[in-house]
Amino acid sequence: MQVNGEHVTLEAPVSVADYLSAHRYRPELVAVELDGRIVPRDRRADTMLTDGSVMEIVQIVQGG
Amino acid sequence: MSVIEPVTEASVAATPLPPQPETHNPVGTAAPQGAVEDTPLNLGGHEFISRFILGSGRYDLNLIRAAVEHAGTQIVTMALRRATTTENSVLDYIPEGITLLPNTSGARNAEEAVRIARLAREVCGTDFVKVEIEHETRYLLPDNAETIRATEMLAKEGFVVMPYMFPDPIDAKRLEDAGAAAVMPLGSLIGSNMGLRMRDFIRIIIDQATVPVIIDAGIGRPSQAAEAMEMGADAVMAYTAVASAGNIPLMAEAFRHAIAAGRAAYLAGLGKVTEGQAVPSSPTTGYLH
Repeated sequence: MQVNGEHVTLEAPVSVADYLSAHRYRPELVAVELDGRIVPRDRRADTMLTDGSVMEIVQIVQGG
Repeated sequence: MSVIEPVTEASVAATPLPPQPETHNPVGTAAPQGAVEDTPLNLGGHEFISRFILGSGRYDLNLIRAAVEHAGTQIVTMALRRATTTENSVLDYIPEGITLLPNTSGARNAEEAVRIARLAREVCGTDFVKVEIEHETRYLLPDNAETIRATEMLAKEGFVVMPYMFPDPIDAKRLEDAGAAAVMPLGSLIGSNMGLRMRDFIRIIIDQATVPVIIDAGIGRPSQAAEAMEMGADAVMAYTAVASAGNIPLMAEAFRHAIAAGRAAYLAGLGKVTEGQAVPSSPTTGYLH
């Protein structure tokens, strides 16, 4: 699958929530878009990543 | 020949000063904070006392809090990017109670702006969005046509849309019609500190506007912010002018006073300009010759 434009190989099925914690993202500070759709916070635990998924994990940064 | 009455204690007592507001000004004797009778800045039904919007740009993170506090600002802009690490987030450095205004920088068309706005809403939990659509990095000029499209789409989704725009008065009306909660015309090129170069067109936008007009981009000095406010702008946004100053918190404070002073001057009503014609301010009679 792709995460933020990079190819990532999943070893086992994993949920969005588990992916975030495994990669040490603070979940309250990011938004997740999977295949072009936002995964709401309350759906992260039961939304599974699959081969071919395209995920974007974004955060707020400094800016004008 | 008329007689000039001498100033005596009795004559002074007979003409008391109007009630003077209490002021608490840490720097100089600038405009009294909060002493001016004013209506709040209303953005999509949300009210703000401060008329200074601060960019969170590229400060050292440790300076952001001081800049925000000295600016007296209630709204701080942000951007949205792919997350690398969330260990050291700018959100950790923004004081409580500040309204976050995410922008759509990086968007090249309306659809990309809508996508960024939705993601920013998911992170910030706010409906505020500053629409910013640009195609190139040399001049960073906003694409008004795409901005109008994005504004219409986002307003329909319930966003409080604050579009950054090239100061075309006709497009400003189109943005209002599209549902903008405010319009944000540029004073000059982003980050240039060039000042209020577009003043004549901004004046027309202010004259025609039924939503707040917030001067964004290019304001390089407090005096330019004050000029924008004297003209009747509803608020000023600045970042580079503050961030590129020698003392960032002090410059934030200088802007705060200038914006308050300009607002007070606008509310007071500026006197008439008599181009090329002097008007005596002392009696023209009773001369000693």
